Amino acid sequence: MKTLEEIFNILKEKFGNSVIEMKTDKPIESYLVVDPLSIDKICLFLRDEKELQFDSLMNLSGVDDANGEKVKSDERGEKGLETIVDGTLSVYYHLESTKLKHKLTLKVSTNREKPEVVTVTEAWKGADWHEREAYDMYGIIFLNHPDLRRILMPYDWEFGYPLRKDYKNPEFYQGMKVPY
Amino acid sequence: MGLLDQEFTEGNIVIAKTEDLFNWARLSSLWQVGFGLACCAIEMMATSASHYDFDRFGVIPRPSPRQSDVIIISGTVTLKMAIRVKRLYEQMPDPKYVISMGSCANCGGPYWEHGYHVLKGVDRVIPVDVYVPGCPPRPEALLEGLLKLQEKIRNESIVKPIRSGFVGKSA
Repeated sequence: MKTLEEIFNILKEKFGNSVIEMKTDKPIESYLVVDPLSIDKICLFLRDEKELQFDSLMNLSGVDDANGEKVKSDERGEKGLETIVDGTLSVYYHLESTKLKHKLTLKVSTNREKPEVVTVTEAWKGADWHEREAYDMYGIIFLNHPDLRRILMPYDWEFGYPLRKDYKNPEFYQGMKVPY
Repeated sequence: MGLLDQEFTEGNIVIAKTEDLFNWARLSSLWQVGFGLACCAIEMMATSASHYDFDRFGVIPRPSPRQSDVIIISGTVTLKMAIRVKRLYEQMPDPKYVISMGSCANCGGPYWEHGYHVLKGVDRVIPVDVYVPGCPPRPEALLEGLLKLQEKIRNESIVKPIRSGFVGKSA
């Protein structure tokens, strides 16, 4: 069993600048921030290293940090008509080692305008649908993903990504009125 | 029932209007599409199971829409599913009936404001005969909705559709 600090030091030694920082802000769970383009290699290492053995990806979820500049896209200034420019979208990974009984949370942040994260399906097959969901809801592109399609919304949905903070629902979809 | 509640005494002839006979036959064997959407479907299954027993009203689930008379929209209709629901309805032969079960199918239910993926009422894609309120409705409520549908069928005309709320006022 390893503590977060020990894991951080192991990763730091192995991957250098790809491991950005350790966040231990209370009261939220502590996590490591890593580089979105090295997450695949880091995850493979976490899985295979003898003293880490993170064999289980418990959860993978996207987050819209909504920390960019809020721009009114409509002069009427109605609620919900803002768009967010720049800032970040994030992906959180919750890992567990069922053998060594320790857990780890990883975070990657990527540019909102071009959100690209490397897939971790090579490390855990179960990441496939989680990443499809994050793509479906936030539009995060997972590089090298075997099958990056929408998973919940209709395949022909062309009105954006519903869980982004500046998402605006369409009036009509396939002739059906959407708002109440 | 009115038609067959008297015993046959002489001969085996019953005289009735075709309309009444048709209506009686239709309302007594409402075969439903074996189809469920969400948590309401669990309640629908309970209704068809032995304790509440849909079958005593002639309702049995059919595995094909082409052999069905009624479709119970039991749950949240997502936009993705709405297209499929409409197709199922179109595959049913006439005369066909729709029971909208629960708040979601009636009007979007708890998803009415922030449900980006939910159709706010199945009546936006197919015509509904009976709305059953509840979240989810208890089996008794669904049975009541079914009895209401039977009542509606009993008063149907084969000549023209009944206009609800129309009071015959001579012009």
